[in-house]
Amino acid sequence: MNQAKSAAYAAGVKAYRQTYWEPDYRVRDTDLLACFKITPQAGVEREEAAAAVAAESSTGTWTTVWTDLLTDLEHYKGRAYRIEEVPGDPSCFYAFVAYPIDLFEEGSVVNVFTSLVGNVFGFKAIRALRLEDVRFPIAYVMTCGGPPHGIQVERDKMDKYGRPLLGCTIKPKLGLSAKNYGRAVYECLRGGLDFTKDDENVNSQPFMRWRDRFGFVAEAIRKAEAETGEKKGHYLNVTAPTPEEMYRRAAFARELGMPIIMHDFLTGGFCANTGLANWCRENGVLLHIHRAMHAVIDRDRHHGIHFRVLLKALRLSGGDHLHTGTVVGKLEGDRQATLGWIDLLRERYVREDRARGIFFDQDWGSMPGAFAVASGGIHVWHMPALLAIFGDDAVFQFGGGTLGHPWGNAAGAAANRVALEACVEARNRGRDLEKEGKQILVAAAKSSPELKAAMETWKEVRFEFDTVDTLDVARAA
Amino acid sequence: MSTATMQDYRSSLGDPASRKFGTFSYLPPMSAEAIRAQVDYIVGRGWSPAIEHTEPHNAGGSYWYMWKLPLFGETRAEHVLAEAAACHKAHPGNHVRLVGYDMKRQTLGTAMVIYHGKAV
Repeated sequence: MNQAKSAAYAAGVKAYRQTYWEPDYRVRDTDLLACFKITPQAGVEREEAAAAVAAESSTGTWTTVWTDLLTDLEHYKGRAYRIEEVPGDPSCFYAFVAYPIDLFEEGSVVNVFTSLVGNVFGFKAIRALRLEDVRFPIAYVMTCGGPPHGIQVERDKMDKYGRPLLGCTIKPKLGLSAKNYGRAVYECLRGGLDFTKDDENVNSQPFMRWRDRFGFVAEAIRKAEAETGEKKGHYLNVTAPTPEEMYRRAAFARELGMPIIMHDFLTGGFCANTGLANWCRENGVLLHIHRAMHAVIDRDRHHGIHFRVLLKALRLSGGDHLHTGTVVGKLEGDRQATLGWIDLLRERYVREDRARGIFFDQDWGSMPGAFAVASGGIHVWHMPALLAIFGDDAVFQFGGGTLGHPWGNAAGAAANRVALEACVEARNRGRDLEKEGKQILVAAAKSSPELKAAMETWKEVRFEFDTVDTLDVARAA
Repeated sequence: MSTATMQDYRSSLGDPASRKFGTFSYLPPMSAEAIRAQVDYIVGRGWSPAIEHTEPHNAGGSYWYMWKLPLFGETRAEHVLAEAAACHKAHPGNHVRLVGYDMKRQTLGTAMVIYHGKAV
């Protein structure tokens, strides 16, 4: 075997830091920046671990290869350029990595994530790895389609102004026949909700095939619209086993004249989601996005992908609504983090703010924003806090908080609508929702027996305004 | 459980009182003072107040008739309310709504019906 050595090429393994650790690197406006939380294996130095992550998520592999010399690695490689302590946790550290924009196919969330959270997450030199945040350069943002319509267009299409929208997920989530399901939808909508929703598990099971569901739901919407004079919608879940089937269901929803459909962007996948978002844009159908599987990915503090990154992926891939959590009843830190990511979902430009978990300035350019969806375990007593936290560009979804009303769905819906409008009216007058929430609701209930009954039904559920009392109402308003 | 006696939810195709008109239509009719507070909110946000109206049977469309032009730069609530009253006087059978144009976000910041014609 010929062992002759080239002057420029030496086979073998060299430290990643020699190539991929550049503390003097000045990031470019066009670079895609990532912040990883790295928990290294014992004995692995931070710079080496950071460089290894940069290498394995960009151009590098475990050994030198001769074809490295056929390209300009200085141009194409990712670079770890900064290391920071994680406050209160010496087991790990933040590593900042800059990737040149040429590493990624334009408009492909799929491609970006295949690199950033690909093989590197199984890399042996690190014990755990979490992608905390990503700065997408505006040059890359502009290659993505983003939300098919965005907040403003949805408001115009649905004729809803000056308040959050109200929704409800139909329960029980599995087992209803299509006709009974449509009944539940109709009752919610005639009572004053704007939207109802398929549960994420509802696709096309034997007890209720999708085509039957779509037909009965369409009838429910048409009647509720005629009865109330208001525009109504139901998130028809088109999440399907194959893209072909997904598009078939979406096309039928459009044929029925339905304003909005729904997709699960993580279980369905980024490829399907981006395609469906494009379809929705071309066909004038709004797109609600559910996030099943997110907690598998984002819940562990040391490993996985933070939800704010999944949210950015969705905004790029496309969706007009995204579930963001409710804040109410959760921990203080959760509230700050949620405020950070709902900004990332809705605003044009979001500045770095570590107190909200935001590691980078993010410029969305002209990409539309999407509605934040607060859903899960909320009822009329939460309304003042929800409005204070989320402001107007949100959908509040009361499932049990509508369907669990002792007089039925329509009364439950009316209770929520009255409570919401009373809170909006009071906020607009400058009243402090968090301090005066109870008085506002009690006063509104005087003219709404439905609200009064709802407040009695859920009165034993703790009144939680104290936990959000420190919130700056004006910020969310 | 609620102690109140169960009530029927009164709403039907045949009852024009079931028709709603967006924000605040599930609250009792607003007093003059309450409407004025909403005008103050609109101008306080930097939005342009405007008055629109329609025959009740045409209320479903996106476009109601504009009463004159939006009141650009108007911050005095009494002037806005006077225009709304003038619109109502000229079209007593029509619904009249108050809207706030949010030029930065290119949408209506809010919209609410403040005079109701006969529902259909």
